Amino acid sequence: MLLAEELHHSFGSVRALDGVSFTVRPGQTLAIFGPNGAGKTTLLKVLAGLIRPQRGRAHVEGGRRAIGWIGHQTQLYNQLTVRENLRFWASLYDVHPPPSSSATSGLPGELLARLGLEEHADRPVRALSRGLMQRVAIARALVHNPAVLLLDEPFTGLDRTAAETLGRLLAQHAAAGRATVLVTHNVEEGTGLATDVAFMRAGRFVHFAPRAGRGPQQVGEEYRNAIA
Amino acid sequence: MRLPDVVRHTWAVASKDLVIEFRSRTAIISAAMFVILVLLVFTFARDPTAVAAVDLAPSILWVTLTFAAVLALNRAFQLELENQALDGLLLAPIGRGSIYLGKLIANLVFVGTVELIGVPLLALFFNVAVWPYAAPLALVIVLATIGFVSVGTLFSAMTVRTRVSELLLAVLVLPFMIPPLMWAARATGPLLAGRPLSDIIGWLKMLAAYDIVFVGLALLLFPATVNE
Repeated sequence: MLLAEELHHSFGSVRALDGVSFTVRPGQTLAIFGPNGAGKTTLLKVLAGLIRPQRGRAHVEGGRRAIGWIGHQTQLYNQLTVRENLRFWASLYDVHPPPSSSATSGLPGELLARLGLEEHADRPVRALSRGLMQRVAIARALVHNPAVLLLDEPFTGLDRTAAETLGRLLAQHAAAGRATVLVTHNVEEGTGLATDVAFMRAGRFVHFAPRAGRGPQQVGEEYRNAIA
Repeated sequence: MRLPDVVRHTWAVASKDLVIEFRSRTAIISAAMFVILVLLVFTFARDPTAVAAVDLAPSILWVTLTFAAVLALNRAFQLELENQALDGLLLAPIGRGSIYLGKLIANLVFVGTVELIGVPLLALFFNVAVWPYAAPLALVIVLATIGFVSVGTLFSAMTVRTRVSELLLAVLVLPFMIPPLMWAARATGPLLAGRPLSDIIGWLKMLAAYDIVFVGLALLLFPATVNE
């Protein structure tokens, strides 16, 4: 479903990716932990096709249509309302029916309800709090029901309820046989969702293994030891 | 990519830009104010006994519209950087050509709106009769506008990620604007002097050829300007 083969990429003299290889199969959720500058975001951008690696190959089955992406930024238009934003992104993915101005129907409408955004649907994004914006960004990433989710710190700004909702959405995504690659600093939240765990340092995977029943505390300890 | 998909995606990008622009109105108001101020300055600065208004009007019209258009073109890709929406656009399963054409259409409507303000004001301030020649004058304006906006939209995408994008855009785009503006000014002069359409047919052909060549070139080059 998702394949990374010997990925190398540098920004000037800074080596962001230094031979990263892995595969993610349907139903798998890979959580990648690493300190700042480890190359996690670059890895996600290479997987998404936003950066072409200088060496190696990244392949996502189904191409761009199969990818749902949450980056550091929300990728929303501040002047548009929540509904208009979702309608716009849905139209680019040929999702029908798009959320109409009066009704909430189809997947975008369902996402508004599940993420608790119905009452905010007609507010411009600029008027929302950071947490609500992040919820809209999640809805935007899921609007076309992607086969592969690439998530960069998706829990940023979310309150406990929204974080739990996102956790449920990701669990359903995995249960439906879809893949997720999740980059986060939050070992507790990341581990809870992961089927596989990787630790990244200086552009390399220093650990990549199935979670195999290990809890957040154990993974956190292994992470600290691996990164130290 | 099928033609109906290209048309649908192009319209989605264009309509989104237009909704944002006409909702915020910041760029259009500044461009319109610029047009009004420049025309007012020229009105008071000119000596009506030295040069006839009909001889001066074409140059003033095109100088004013050119700089107003550069103001407008600056904003074309700026709004895509606000929350890194550009990444989302590049990740969506739409052709890069649809993004370019959507931006081009939005810019044409935007610059066209500024021209709709500028031309009647020119007629009013300079006491030049434009209404008897409204149709051929509109043709000249449309052809010239397509030419310089097509180039400007491409350069706007190229420069938007630089620190001095506004300055760089003007420096890069103005040399490319010279041919269509020169031909447009040469065509506008005889029109306003009441000469027959056959006198300017050569300029119209040149403008049409420029449009075909540069819209085609921009469509070819655009993917390279937005790919990282």
